[in-house]
Amino acid sequence: MARRRMTKGVPWSDRLLDTVIAIAMIGVAIVTLYPFLNVLALSFNDSTDSVRGGITVFPREFTLKNYSIIFSFDGLVTGFKISVLRTVVGTILGLISASMLAYTLARPDFQGRKFVSTYLAVTMYVSAGLIPFYLLIKDLHMMNTFAVYVLPGLVSAFNVFVIRSFIDGIPYALQESAKIDGASDFAIYWRVVLPMATPALATIALFLAVGQWNSWFDTFLYNGSSDHLTTLQYELTKVLLSTTSGNNGDYRNTNITQVLATVSPESVKMAITIVVTVPILLVYPFLQRYFVRGLTLGAVKG
Amino acid sequence: MKAVSARNPDVSLSAKTGKSNFWKVAFRNRYLYAMSLPFVVWVFVFSYYPLWGWLIAFQRWKPGKSIWEQKWAGLDQFKTLFRDDMFYQVMRNTLAMSVMGLVATFTVPILFAVLLNEIRNMFFKRAVQTISYLPHFVSWAVATSIITRMLAGENGVVNDFLMWLGILHEPIQWMGKEHLFWGIVTVSDAWKETGWNAIIYLAAMAGIGPELYEAAKVDGASRLRQIWHITLPGIRSTVIVLMILSIGHLISIGFEKQFLLGNNLVRDYSQVLDLYSLQYGLQMSRYSFGTAINIFNSVVSVILLFAANGLFKRIAKESIM
Repeated sequence: MARRRMTKGVPWSDRLLDTVIAIAMIGVAIVTLYPFLNVLALSFNDSTDSVRGGITVFPREFTLKNYSIIFSFDGLVTGFKISVLRTVVGTILGLISASMLAYTLARPDFQGRKFVSTYLAVTMYVSAGLIPFYLLIKDLHMMNTFAVYVLPGLVSAFNVFVIRSFIDGIPYALQESAKIDGASDFAIYWRVVLPMATPALATIALFLAVGQWNSWFDTFLYNGSSDHLTTLQYELTKVLLSTTSGNNGDYRNTNITQVLATVSPESVKMAITIVVTVPILLVYPFLQRYFVRGLTLGAVKG
Repeated sequence: MKAVSARNPDVSLSAKTGKSNFWKVAFRNRYLYAMSLPFVVWVFVFSYYPLWGWLIAFQRWKPGKSIWEQKWAGLDQFKTLFRDDMFYQVMRNTLAMSVMGLVATFTVPILFAVLLNEIRNMFFKRAVQTISYLPHFVSWAVATSIITRMLAGENGVVNDFLMWLGILHEPIQWMGKEHLFWGIVTVSDAWKETGWNAIIYLAAMAGIGPELYEAAKVDGASRLRQIWHITLPGIRSTVIVLMILSIGHLISIGFEKQFLLGNNLVRDYSQVLDLYSLQYGLQMSRYSFGTAINIFNSVVSVILLFAANGLFKRIAKESIM
């Protein structure tokens, strides 16, 4: 009864507030989405026509030429393969390492538990920095190898803690009863804990995959001179930095920038941007419900 | 395998209560050791061992020799660093962008979360939220490509829009104005991360008991008053914990944005600490000098983290440690 009375006499100030909020939120959605749509339209528009301006969210003179140009670069095709490969390998290895460590840390009867969690937590705050790390990679002969994409960052303390706090939430009795049935600790991990931790694993898989797909700095630093190990993101940064006036690195002698000088760089740049972005757009809406949960878990404990 | 894992106990737990007992438990834990020790070694190699490399900041490092054969230089590298005018410019840029970023991350996402939380149409709320964290998932390379397109002097949306509104009479070369660079980085960051950063506040708001709002309604509190007296206090401790963590990262703000969005025209305003160590240390083969910058960065970060933690412990009775 009381509730009905409240809703009936909605004061005008509340209605005004609702309208203002709705308009503001639509504004946020437009500001976020429009740049992507604009770039998409430009990537499908004829490059000489684009120079005239006025393209919004639909192409005016539709063409696939920009895409056919970029896929004729060897660098981009290699980059695509390597990007996919590092994403797959890096995600799988990262999931195995994080879930195994998380499982051992969630076991109350594990002796090394306290030590290992402090040992990992320290790495979240103290890092040696760029140059000592660079020298380490050099000493390990990991320059110009594929391994440098997946091995150095194999164990991430943050990911371990997110999965650990999820496992902590699973009733321990399940593990104990498996133990009584004679399962080894590894079997418990594989058959009991992993299947139940799927939501946390999905979140971490998303974080790992996005991180792998998006990174370019390791290519720049360690594999910049090996054409066969280039990544999509690195190819995009090369194009970006070559079109701004003489930027931070020397990108002049790479084939993609030479070809760009002969066609309109702007449209090709837009097409590469879309190629790099699309795989992410395809996965993230489906994993949404997982990462919202995973992120809040991580923040509570991490 | 069993022997190896049992021989490497990291912990001297229950050392006094009987050694035989310890080994017995260690043996029972053998699978757990086998599953964690390889990664413990891994972390040692890639996170702890490089700290050893800090020694070269106290040397005059030359390639081709081991760390013991290098010439020792005491604090010379640090003296050079603190005497370098560039260092102060870099610190100014780092702190300016960092503080602007801090203010932006603790106002825009909170405001966004508060407004989104007030929407009662679930479909609309969901749609806006899904769109809002889209940019978080794209790389800074993609973001830079999009941002430079939007801000372009020719046919850039921002210029077109401002001219249509009559605010501008001719297009501005946004990316080429050094005084605008800090602002562009801050706004770009807000564009990219607001939706993502709001997730955690929305989760905290979802945890506030509905009976509080009911009681406030009965007392005749307006929606704005409810936001002020219930919603905002409800996310207070989340905000403080996140703030402590971000103050710890005040000077290690990364360099991706600055590296990609910057260009020669805005160099004096875009150079930050990590870029400084990359370009004036690594790329010039001045490894000792660059490492001195890295050490400065790490040490200041840890000090800031502890300071922020202590400060908030005192004034707000909240802490992370």
